[in-house]
Amino acid sequence: MSALTKAELAEHLHTSLGFSKREAKMLVEQFFDEIRGCLRENEQVKLSGFGNFDLRDKRERPGRNPKTGEEIPISARRVVTFRPGQKLKALVEERDKA
Amino acid sequence: MTKSELIEQIAAQQSELSVKEVESAVRLILDDITDTLANGGRVEIRGFGSFSLHYREPRTGRNPKTGDPVSLSGKHVPHFKPGKELREQVNASREQGF
Repeated sequence: MSALTKAELAEHLHTSLGFSKREAKMLVEQFFDEIRGCLRENEQVKLSGFGNFDLRDKRERPGRNPKTGEEIPISARRVVTFRPGQKLKALVEERDKA
Repeated sequence: MTKSELIEQIAAQQSELSVKEVESAVRLILDDITDTLANGGRVEIRGFGSFSLHYREPRTGRNPKTGDPVSLSGKHVPHFKPGKELREQVNASREQGF
């Protein structure tokens, strides 16, 4: 099965809800842009039923170049994590039980 | 930011669409991502990231109240991997003091 992309989401908005192709494309772009904009300002995004996008600040830690074995520190950084909501987790697990 | 705030933010940028219409669009996008994962597929959003499933091996857990062992079957859990653009923007925000 091929992956779901922005193009398919826009097409579905057009066929199933009647948005014009231009509106559908814009809505999909704005959806992900808004979430990204929040995360960029260090603000958590909570989408009930779906999940939360959280931010975590990581301290510098020792790392290694896996090829050469050379020790290089991994710099302090901020990362995005996603915690799936109950509903999403339950729907995914249903398939494991079937 | 919550789902309703996300809807309002998008609607504020769309002069020709009502909050109701934007709400139906946001719901469809989240439902499509959920359905794709629930059917074992993956979602790839360029510039944002990808959603896929990770497998958790079967294990023996414990009832936290009684301490009795409980066998837990293997299962899939939703996973989000931020894309390069999102990773870089979020990390840059740390340096800008957000």
